[in-house]
Parts: sequence; structure tokens; C-alpha cells
Amino acid sequence: MHHVVIERWSRESSPLHARDARAKLGALVVFLIAVSTTPPRSQLAFLAYAALLAIAILIARLPAAALIRRALIVLPFSATFALITWLGGNPMRALALGEKSYLSGLAALLLVSTTPLPDLLRGLESFAVPRPLCLVIQFIYRYLFVISEQAQHMRLAARSRGASFRASAGALAVLFARSWQRADNIYQAMLARGFRGRFPSFTATRFRAADAAFLLASAAASIAIRIAL
Amino acid sequence: MNVVEVRGLRYRYPDGTQALEGIDFQLASAECVALFGANGSGKTTFVLHLNGLLSGEGSIEICGLALQRDTLEQIRAKVGLVFQDSDEQLFMPTVLEDVAFGPRNQGVGAEEAIARAAKMLERVSMSAAVRKAPYHLSSGEKRRAAIAGVLAMNPEIVVLDEPTTSLDPPGRRDLIGLLRALPQAKILVTHDVEFAASLATRAVFFERGRIAGEGSVDEIARRFNWRSRAEE
Repeated sequence: MHHVVIERWSRESSPLHARDARAKLGALVVFLIAVSTTPPRSQLAFLAYAALLAIAILIARLPAAALIRRALIVLPFSATFALITWLGGNPMRALALGEKSYLSGLAALLLVSTTPLPDLLRGLESFAVPRPLCLVIQFIYRYLFVISEQAQHMRLAARSRGASFRASAGALAVLFARSWQRADNIYQAMLARGFRGRFPSFTATRFRAADAAFLLASAAASIAIRIAL
Repeated sequence: MNVVEVRGLRYRYPDGTQALEGIDFQLASAECVALFGANGSGKTTFVLHLNGLLSGEGSIEICGLALQRDTLEQIRAKVGLVFQDSDEQLFMPTVLEDVAFGPRNQGVGAEEAIARAAKMLERVSMSAAVRKAPYHLSSGEKRRAAIAGVLAMNPEIVVLDEPTTSLDPPGRRDLIGLLRALPQAKILVTHDVEFAASLATRAVFFERGRIAGEGSVDEIARRFNWRSRAEE
């Protein structure tokens, strides 16, 4: 599963991994705003954004090819709209749409690949993202694997009885009911170990001068590209 | 001295099912008791009360402390509950963080919680798995990690719900060795008579929400024809 690989990457060590999640989140927000507001004709700017991400990937010491390949997952979604725009007679805008979504996806992927999930969620909380939403993200992330395994078992069970498994409403209802039961059991297991509504962190969350410097430098680079090119 | 003292415990599920009908139960310090009974006889419902996860009528005292809303936190630190499905108990990104989850919730600092977790994982022979994600473990390893997560909280009572489910014979043997070495009082909810006989000095038989008999494991297994029913 993709998220297993990303989980492993996020726990490696590099100058980018060492930065506070809040600094990285801030840098990402500025980058996304800069990319999304860049006019389609500024093709040089998109090249510069890509160069900025390439530098970050190098600093993070992540496998660049694998990261670039994984970020392609966003393209099927934006390609539909890009195609419509292209057919509508605006090829430059269509190209920019693809570029913007890919660069944004790659930047977000870079963030989750260099930040362990609990730290990222803590960072999101400090950006006023509601805590229940952060908890839901954590559980989806953890139990996607278990629920997908459950679906595989149901598929095998249906096949062993000669039926072809289709995502019928009935099968989905059973999967939903089982997931619901599991969620309830997990919550009980958490309460049994003293859970009080907040996941504990295991890393220091001090915002250091290096984090502030990183945030300022990366935000300045994004803004400079946006204004100058 | 009794570490668990339950008197007249009754519980009805919200759907109206009467799960427990006046349970009286005691557990002495360092004692190991097996709970037998058919599925749905009330064993799991009973042990969920010991940790305050369910709340019925009657009284429960853990290590002399009455189970009430204001003592819940202290009682949860004293009663370690190992659930039947370890996947439901291992929810943190790595095994080490999962084992440290309980101590962190108890207010232990990050460094000390991690050190305590590493020690507990060593105790259950899982040191090699500290950085692994829980879904990469085998069933036996998941069970041991779940037990380490509970032991890291330094409980005085360890409750294990169907601990041998999905364990292969070596895994089962390892688990017996591990539990034998634990000094805490233990409650084993199990259908596995051989497993219970190798650890428990007393067995309690549940039937339709009541305690139908108490005695040695062999005596209870014979009296309720449990060995043959379970293993034929």
C-alpha cells in the first residue's frame, strides 16, 4: 500500500524531516497560494516552482523518481477538467491546470513524506483544523489497510461460494457495519489505556529559529517566483 | 488481599438483552482465574466492567478503590485489558509508539514513556519490531505487542480476552511462558481449557449472565462437560 511507503519515508532523517510540522505546513500553504494564483501564461514560473520542489526533494533525501511517480495520482482528476478546457479552445489554461494540480500534489506529498502523521496532525490542530477531523484522518490512515483486508476477505468468501463479488449495496452495507463495530471496539481499547481525546506526541514540538528561517526562506521563494516571473 | 471485589453486578444492554444477572466475584492478589462459558454468556461484558468501559448496577472495587466516575482514571491504570482482536488495540503508527500510548496518557514524559515501552517490548521478545507498523506483524507478534502496551502501564491486574485466538502452537506456548512470568493477578477469558489449566488455579463458569460454578480448571471442565464440548 502506498501509505506504508510514505509512512516509512516520513520517519527518515534529513534537514527537511527535522523541521517543525507547523513551519512545513506554513510553507506549503504559501506555496499552494502562489501556484494557484499564477497566471497560465507564466510558464517560466511553473518551471521555477518545480525547481523549488526539486531542491526540497534533494534536501529531504527521498527517492525522487518514486515521489514524482506517486504524485501523478492527482492527474486523472485534473486531466478531465484540463481536457474540457482544451476542447473549449484554451490550451494554455488547460496546460496550466495540469501543472498547478501536479505541483500542488507533489508539494503535499513532500510534506507527508517528511512529517510523521502524529506531528502533522498536531501541526494541523495549531492551524485551527478541528481536532475531531484530525482524529478521523488518523484513523482513516491507520485502518485503511485493515478495512481493505476485510473487503478482500469478503471478496474471497463470495468467490469461494461461486459468486462474483461486486460492490453491491449489500456488501458495502456489511463492510460498513463491520467497520462501525471495529471503530467502536477501537475506541473502547483507547479508553482502556487512558485516552482523553488527544493523541500523545513523542517528539518535541518546539518552534526553533531554524524552523522560522525555513518558513521565511521557502515562503519568500514562492512569493518571489509568483511576483517576478 | 482481594484486588477485585464485585458484588451483585447486573447489566442490561441498550437493546434490552440482560447480559449479567447478579455477579459476585473476587480475585486475590497474584491469583490467575479462568472464565469459561458459552459465547454470549456474559464473560466479556463482565470484564469490560472491571475497567469501567461498561457500567451496570452493583458494586466493583479494584485494589480497595470503588469504581466511580472520579476514580475511573486510577482504575484504568490498575486494570490492563488485552482485547480479543489485537488489530483493534494497536492503532498508533509504530509498535513502539503504540506501547508508549498508555504511559503517555498517564502523564509520563515522552522520553520516559518510550524507554518504558522499549523495556516492555524487550520483555515480550519484540525488540526487533519497535519501528515496525503494527499491520506488518504476525498474529502472535500483534498479541505480544498488545500485551506489552498494557504492561507498560504497570497494571496490578491483567485481563486477557480470548488470548489464544488465531495463535499457532508455538505462539500459544510463548504466550503461556510470558503470562507465567507476570507477577500480576490475571483473568483469562477463554474457551481453551488446556491453556487455562496451564496458568489458572481457579475457574469460573458463566451461564446466561450468572456464575454457574467455581472450582479448579479440571473440576469445572468436567462438571460442565466443557473440555469435550470445546475440543471434540
